[in-house]
Formats: sequence, C-alpha cells, structure tokens
Amino acid sequence: MNSAAADPIIRVTGLRKIYQTGKVQVEALRGVDLIVPAGEFLAIVGPSGSGKSTLFHIIGGLTPPSAGKVIVAGRDVSAVGDAGRTELRRKYVSFVFQKFNLLPNLTALDNIRTALFISGLPTKPFDPAFESILDLLGIANRLNHKPGELSGGEQQRVAIARALATRPTILLADEPTGNLDSRNSLAVLNILRDLNARLKQTILMITHNADAAAFGHRIMHMSDGRILETPQSD
Amino acid sequence: MRLKLVWENIRFRPIRTALSILLIAIPVTLILMLIGLSHGMLDDSARRAQGIGADIVFRAPSSSVISFSGGTLPANLIAFLAQQPHVVHATGVLNQPVEGGIDSVAGIDPAAFDRMSGGFTFVEGHTFQKPTDILLDQYYATQRHVRAGGTINILHRDWNVAGIVEPGKLSHMFLELPVLQDMIGATGKVSQIYLKLDSPDNIPAVLESLKAKFNGYPIYSMKELMSLISVNNIPVLRTFIDVIVGIGVVIGFAVVSLSMYMAVLQRTREIGILKSLGASKGFVMGLILCEAFALGLGGTIVGILFSFGTKWIMSVFVPASLPQAIVPSWWPVAGLVAMGAALLGALYPGMLAVRQDPIEALAYE
Repeated sequence: MNSAAADPIIRVTGLRKIYQTGKVQVEALRGVDLIVPAGEFLAIVGPSGSGKSTLFHIIGGLTPPSAGKVIVAGRDVSAVGDAGRTELRRKYVSFVFQKFNLLPNLTALDNIRTALFISGLPTKPFDPAFESILDLLGIANRLNHKPGELSGGEQQRVAIARALATRPTILLADEPTGNLDSRNSLAVLNILRDLNARLKQTILMITHNADAAAFGHRIMHMSDGRILETPQSD
Repeated sequence: MRLKLVWENIRFRPIRTALSILLIAIPVTLILMLIGLSHGMLDDSARRAQGIGADIVFRAPSSSVISFSGGTLPANLIAFLAQQPHVVHATGVLNQPVEGGIDSVAGIDPAAFDRMSGGFTFVEGHTFQKPTDILLDQYYATQRHVRAGGTINILHRDWNVAGIVEPGKLSHMFLELPVLQDMIGATGKVSQIYLKLDSPDNIPAVLESLKAKFNGYPIYSMKELMSLISVNNIPVLRTFIDVIVGIGVVIGFAVVSLSMYMAVLQRTREIGILKSLGASKGFVMGLILCEAFALGLGGTIVGILFSFGTKWIMSVFVPASLPQAIVPSWWPVAGLVAMGAALLGALYPGMLAVRQDPIEALAYE
C-alpha cells in the first residue's frame, strides 16, 4: 500500500507520559513521534514495559499525555479534557482488547447495540454493510448468546463486531490474539486484514507475536518508551 | 437500551439484587409496621371506646387519651352525674395498666356496664361469680392461649377465667370494679365515667352544663373522643413516628450505600468497558442511579408485602396487645424514604464509578 499518499489520521509529536506512583515517577514514553496514514494496518511490537500500551491508551483517549502533541482524526487529543477524550472514544476510536472485554450480562447482540447506543447511533436494524461484516466475522448465528456461552474466538469476533459497529475512524487492537489458540488467532488476524482491505479501516495493533505483526502493512518496534523504527510510513 | 442495561445488570447478579432489595425492604417494613401499630392500637382503642355505647365521657384531669389511666375520680360522682338532666345511665370504670403498660384491665360494675353497652356476648363461660373471676375478650384469650375455666396471672395474681367475650367493648380484660379498686388501693375511685343520654340531640346541652359545673375536667362527647384518638393528636406518638422514619432513612441510606458500593466494586471492569466505548460520566452515573431507583422500588414493594406478613404475625401471636393496621396512605411515604435513601446512597459509589480511571478499571480482576 502506498500510505504516504494518504492523509495522516494519527500524528504524534514529542509524546511523553510520566506516571506518578507514590513518590516515584515512571517515564513510560520518552518522546514518541509517529505518523499513521488513513487506511494503514500498523503493528506495534515491543517487550513488556516498552510503552506500546501507553501509546495505545493515549491515542485512544483513555489517558492524557504528559507532554507532546497527539492529533487523532483531526482532533488535538493532547489539548482536550476528559469530556473531549470521551467524545473521541465515542465517535472516532474503537478498541479490541486481549481479554475481549464484553459486558458479561448482555448477549453478543446487546453488546453491539450498547456501543451503538452510547455513540448515539440507531441500535436496530443493522445496516446491510454491518450485516456483511457480521457474516465475515462468522457470528451472525451466535448473537443471542452471552459471552459466557461463546468460545474465546467467538468472543473476540463479537468484540471486533462491537468495535466496528460505530464505524470508527481508527480501530485499536491490544494483543487481540493474546488469549486465543493458534487457529483462532489466525482467523482473527485474517479478519482484521480483510477488514482493512475491504473497508480501508485504519488499524493499530499491539502484539508480542512477530507472526501476528506480519499481518500489518508496517511493523513498528518500541523499547524503553521510544520508537526504534522511523516514524515515517513506507 | 439504558433500561435494558440496568435490568440485565440487576438480573445478572440475582443474589446481590435479592439481598439489596431485602435490605432496603427492612426499613420500609419497619416504618410500615410501626405506623401500622400506631394506627392499629389507636383504632382498636377507639373501636372499644365506641363499643361502650355511651354518649359522653367524663374524665379525671391529667388522664391519658389512649388508656384513660393516670387520674382518678371519686366513685360517688357516678350517682351525681346519673341525676343530671337527660342522663339515662352512668357507669364508672377503673383502668389499670398491665403487661408493662401495653394492655390494661378494666374494673367495671357489670350491671351498669351491661345497661349501657347492651351486655357482653359470651363465646365461652359466664359472667363474674366470684371475686377471683376475670373476663377476657377473644383476642386476649387467644394471645394468652387460655379458655374459660382456665387460670391467668395478671397483676401478680392468678385469676379464674370465668368467661370469654366478643371483642370491641372497652377493654380486653375485665374485673369487677370493687375487686380492682381494692387490689390497686383505689377504693372509691374510678378513672372515668360514661354517660348515656336519653337522646343524642341533647349531647351539646349536657356537655355545656357539665363543663360549667366541672371547670377544668376533660368532658367529651364520644364523637369528640374518637376524633382525639388519632396519631396527629398525640404529640409523643407523632415524634415517635418521625424518629422511626428518620431511622428508616438512615438505615436505608447506609444499606443502599453499602450495596451500591459493592455493586460498583463488582462492576469496576464493566464500567471500564463502558468508558472505553465512550460512555460519559453522566451516562455511567445515570446507570448507577437507575439501578438504585429500581432496587429502591423493589425494596418498597417487598417492604409493603412484608408489612402484611408482620400484620399476620401480630394477629396470630399478640392480637390484643399489638393490633397492626395496614395504612396504605403511608406506602408512598415509605416508598419515597426507600427510594430517596437508595438514590442518596448510590451517589457516592456513583461518583467513585465515574471518577474511575478507565485503564485501571479495565485491568481490574
């Protein structure tokens, strides 16, 4: 893919994040620069403590940066407060987590509808495009089951469906295959790649697994709060 | 969808939900039971006073409206009052509290009392024959598990239950007037005197005449007396009810607060998920408050049902001493107390929930 031709959907400049734990300060990000063009599938790889999750959380509006500038979908995330970050999560960013994070008391269908409801979108009926996504995910006949009645692979596919239901600008996937066996991992990675190809869905994926990272257009390595590769997309 | 989220959450943890509703129901039941007892005891007292068949009651100064105890009148006043114009019958009654003051035994002149009230209807046994005889109404006989011919200990003395009568006249227990007078050292004294007139039309005139002759004595028509026997006319009872409602609010607040605090803790991760989906602070707080409202409503309904249960228990075990009424006019009040306490109790846990860091919440196990 020629991502350099596309507009950047994420632009991170001089990003720093310092956590205060009691009297101890931990610098999780030490000046990160990153540009992600729209429609890219970017894999971020790094060991535990490298800062990749922190970067992910800041881009997703789950936590504010300590310094630097973060532009996501044209919005300066570093300049907004809690309400602004909430709006970012509601309208522009969706998450897929390692632990699926489905609401356990709701069916798969209601998990999806909850995301739509929070985003202020109609909860029913689903539009044909989303119905086709459900077909692609292979969960159309499992929607009336609660998470506890679904396999790990099915739960993760429901989580992906929930994330995509609101048509986010960016899909952030945090170790999406971390809790899955190899067969389900491959299925989920193929789905993410298909979604990126078909919908031009921008995807940022964090992973420890080099094989999983290979599904992205670009692999970025992080260590000690810094990006080791060039921030420019290829 | 919001209601569905609340409902599914309530449904998903049935034991916690049931316990919360039960805990909220307790103060509701407490309030309704005590209000019911206040009304029930007063209603019972009023019903029994009405059953005497009198038109006017002449009381001793400083006597209590409910029990008529506390003051005494000279018994020779009965004859004087009987000679007043339009007075057909006069009878004196002496009241003595028993059982720690909840109940009282009435000393009566059987012949005069029968003339005024139309007489007792005996379910078992007969009227007084010996000085050791006592008459009980059905409620008290049931409460004490005693039948005619049996023995009952009252005022530290064993009495022979001569008869059991239908309830609704003056008292639950009756002794002959001279017997009770001797026993409590009130020889020649009565607590109040009841007057029966030739016509109810003459009540105002007789009242006016008696009040002129006996300045400072509480003298009422029975109709006035009935209106006086109400919760609002007894300041101590009013205060008692206010205290009970206050306790209900405090218990409800503490219980719901604890329950919702536990609920928020249990749902930390779910709140994190909702936040990751873009749920605002208002949305999360709204869910918590809706849930508290639903639990408060459930607690109110269960509390109302429980109050029927306490009424049944009272009617089985202490029908004479603690008659409980069902007072529907207090249901909305008890409901407001429960739901107000529930919402107040949910505010702090709700604030904790909305302030939760979404990353920490998502990592919560």
